[in-house]
Amino acid sequence: MNFPFLSVIIFAPVIAAVLILLLPKDRQTEPKVLAAAGAFISLFMAVWVFLAYDRALGGYQFVEQVPWLPVIGSSYYVGVNGMGVMLVLLNALLLFCAVLISWHIEERPREFFALLLLMGVGVFGAFTLLDLLLLVLFYELVLFPIYLLIVNWGWKPLREYGAMKLTLYLLLGSLVAVVGILAIYFTSGLRTFDMVALGGVKFSPEFQRTWFLPIFVGFGVLASLWPFYSWSPDGYAAAPTAVSMLHAGVLKNVGAFTAFRVAVLLLPEGAKFWMPYIVFLMVMNVVYATFIALVHTDFKYIIGFASVAHLGVVLMGFAAMNELGWSGAVTMMFAHGIIAAMSFAIVGMVYDRTHIREIKELGGIIRRLAPAALGFAIAGFASMGMPGFLAFVAEVQVFLGLWKAASLAPWYPAIAIISVLGIIGTAAYMLRAFQYVFMGELKPQFADIPPVGPLDKVAIALMSLPLIAGGIYPLLVLPVIQSGVQSVLAVLGGA
Amino acid sequence: MGFTAFNPTWLLSILPELLLLALAIVVLGVDLALPAERKRTLGLWTAAGLIVVLLVTLLVPLPQGPAFGGVVQIDGIAGVFRVIFLLGGILVALMSMDFQPLRQDGPYYGLLLFSLLGMSLMAIAENLVMLYVAMELTGISAYVLVGYMRETPQSAEAGLKYFLFGAFSSAVMLYGFSWLYAFAGGTGYAQVASAIGFVRFPLAVLAFLMVLVGFGFKVAMVPMHFWAPDVYQGAPTPITAFLSVGSKAAGFAVLLRALQFLFPALEMTWVVLLVAISMVTMTLGNTFAVWQKNIKRLLAYSSIAQAGYVLIGGAAASQMGVASAAFYLIVYTVMNIAAFAVVVQVSNLTGSEEIEGFSGLARRSSFLGWSLMLALFSLGGVPPFGGFVGKLLIFASAIQSGLIALTVVGVINVIIGLYYYLNVVKVVFERRSEQEQEPLEVPAPSKWVLGITMAAIVLLGILAYPVYQWVWQASAGWF
Repeated sequence: MNFPFLSVIIFAPVIAAVLILLLPKDRQTEPKVLAAAGAFISLFMAVWVFLAYDRALGGYQFVEQVPWLPVIGSSYYVGVNGMGVMLVLLNALLLFCAVLISWHIEERPREFFALLLLMGVGVFGAFTLLDLLLLVLFYELVLFPIYLLIVNWGWKPLREYGAMKLTLYLLLGSLVAVVGILAIYFTSGLRTFDMVALGGVKFSPEFQRTWFLPIFVGFGVLASLWPFYSWSPDGYAAAPTAVSMLHAGVLKNVGAFTAFRVAVLLLPEGAKFWMPYIVFLMVMNVVYATFIALVHTDFKYIIGFASVAHLGVVLMGFAAMNELGWSGAVTMMFAHGIIAAMSFAIVGMVYDRTHIREIKELGGIIRRLAPAALGFAIAGFASMGMPGFLAFVAEVQVFLGLWKAASLAPWYPAIAIISVLGIIGTAAYMLRAFQYVFMGELKPQFADIPPVGPLDKVAIALMSLPLIAGGIYPLLVLPVIQSGVQSVLAVLGGA
Repeated sequence: MGFTAFNPTWLLSILPELLLLALAIVVLGVDLALPAERKRTLGLWTAAGLIVVLLVTLLVPLPQGPAFGGVVQIDGIAGVFRVIFLLGGILVALMSMDFQPLRQDGPYYGLLLFSLLGMSLMAIAENLVMLYVAMELTGISAYVLVGYMRETPQSAEAGLKYFLFGAFSSAVMLYGFSWLYAFAGGTGYAQVASAIGFVRFPLAVLAFLMVLVGFGFKVAMVPMHFWAPDVYQGAPTPITAFLSVGSKAAGFAVLLRALQFLFPALEMTWVVLLVAISMVTMTLGNTFAVWQKNIKRLLAYSSIAQAGYVLIGGAAASQMGVASAAFYLIVYTVMNIAAFAVVVQVSNLTGSEEIEGFSGLARRSSFLGWSLMLALFSLGGVPPFGGFVGKLLIFASAIQSGLIALTVVGVINVIIGLYYYLNVVKVVFERRSEQEQEPLEVPAPSKWVLGITMAAIVLLGILAYPVYQWVWQASAGWF
């Protein structure tokens, strides 16, 4: 495989962003077209990679390696296994949809779209890089476009506070993890940041137990691990729609996936030691966020807390430390990403037209924004784990995985039961939000809000498609994911 | 030791310094010939001459090793620092052309070149007397430059403050040198280093501390940092930039060399001491920067903090530590000069250096807005810019040497740093101002400065390898 698929996916948006910045200042349409083109190239290639990935062979494919800092053993080394394939596809899809959803932006569109694309680039890199140093570089690369996007285009009352809080939280988390990564680098004695090579090193149990916690929790901050989640609802409430979509949809997955790849895969003994305890934090994610979402009346905060709860399920899947749990976690990342992005997109559509986020002040919007209501219904049903949607497939795997993990700690089955109860809570708050916002009498002041535009409809359709298709026919995605999980397990020697 | 016979190749080995001296004389001569209204072009003369010196330094294979009977030592690291000074000098000369309050004349550029010459000599000196002369040449030229805007009281006050602090620290250092001479009966580094091992411990450490006062003044590390905010604020902005990069780098050139070749016997002591100083310097610089309302004071405290990061590399006491510190200084030179180049433009326009005055900058000139943002992000350690790679290498060297606590303090400081850098970026991009519709034209020299520094900030981040490799090989001779 000689064509550099992954590099094209990663760098097409960079090129588009540079071209956008070179445009004259006052252009309105060209930046959007260029952004859509850049994101589309990535999406096309990501679909290609998804179809072309050899499920039977498994392991890392589409590998490219070029030296970067050979003195310290770092190289530009990309490749994806079945897990990475799904996440790259997710990011490409959501990036493209985020561009479509933002078409109405008139305030400095040049900067907005360039930064949005750069944010996507960081995520692509974080999903595909197999070199720890560059992984960290791309991981943190996403932070600065996000800060600027929120502070410039966000919701006025909250944007300065929300942006700063989010940035500093995430930076602190990642830097703590970086210290751990440097410890791995020097202790391995290999003088390389190559994750595949480092995966073969058997670190001493004491070392693994010491460093697992800072690395997992450090990256876990970006996955909104309780109690380090509070940047998330504030940040999302402050952020412009496209940023909330991408942040909730893919960035949290970056946190979870990086925590998994670095902490769990490189330090499996540490994981086995700590996971039975960290799993309680993840339960808090589900329980705590669900309770808050049940009483919150701000449309955007409800979705923000829902995403905190879902990430709890993802992390629990990883904590199960078995094939079912991990496969469920990856499926959940994919499903949750789409659900969260779609929900935020629809919150944005409603807010842009009504300038109200208080659900009790809305009502009857379905009469004006039927496609948005349909989209929210799909996201909502998927979110509450309704069979027929992809999230159901994910949750079943995670909970079965937890059930089977009883050998790790006796309380795992109990945790599975508590989390299933959390799903009932999800159903309650999603239905409540849907009812207040979309059902009931249409208030007179909303009588002539503009309908959902064609590009928004395309975005809703594009996001619904995998959610429903994967739910009805899970074999569409599961073989890819499982080939990834199995190849990882094979390296660990059946952990 | 005795004196060896004069060897003509010695002159060749200090060719860059000789060329700097010649250039200074040429610039002073051209100044006499130029009519007053064209004196601004002296900046171009200076920059062009420095580019020639830079090319000679990089391309001509000059003889290495000791010269003039061991008074100077030309080695890889000295080569790296020469390049840092020349690069800084070129950028500052170009930047000075656009700083309106400054009288553009020969003495200004001449002094700049003499100061550069002093720095270059500091980097190669391996003899206490040579070192002292070089430091005084650097210092005295800089005192005058800081007070160069005589009409402005702040500039004159800054010049006096800088002079008083400089004279005081230099006197303490000289007293320390006299102790070292007493220990060794000579002034060559090798001679002193071998003698210190036999000196009673508290005396040796005391001498080391006195010498450190002089070096610490140059790099603006705590507790020798008090002068920095006032002097940075009062000095002509291009000179502030020059002090913050050139003088600091020269101080580190001397410090790193002295640690390895003057005080190797005290390594156990100075590692502990540098760890402590580095922690305090980073934390104090960053914490004070948070409250600043004036951009030059903010950058002054930020540059104190940056010195703290570089000290980590020194405390690591390893090849990776020295290489990372030198790499970081290269990156720091371009990013700090970039930030000051934007400050020059804004203060020309608004006459003020308050951070509030940067409101709406990105709307007036997106080039300046993005430039300042990239510079500050790089200073703050945001990837993929040079500052990120630099910090990563520095922290890596600390962990390699087992300085975990220092790394943790460094990491916390990066967060504090990012907070105030982001606050400036926020003002530039988000805040509105009444004049935001008036476009802001950037003059050509500043465009070049910003173009070069921006390219360097990005390239040192994503393609750090060739430069780091060069620095790594340069530092190999020391270990």
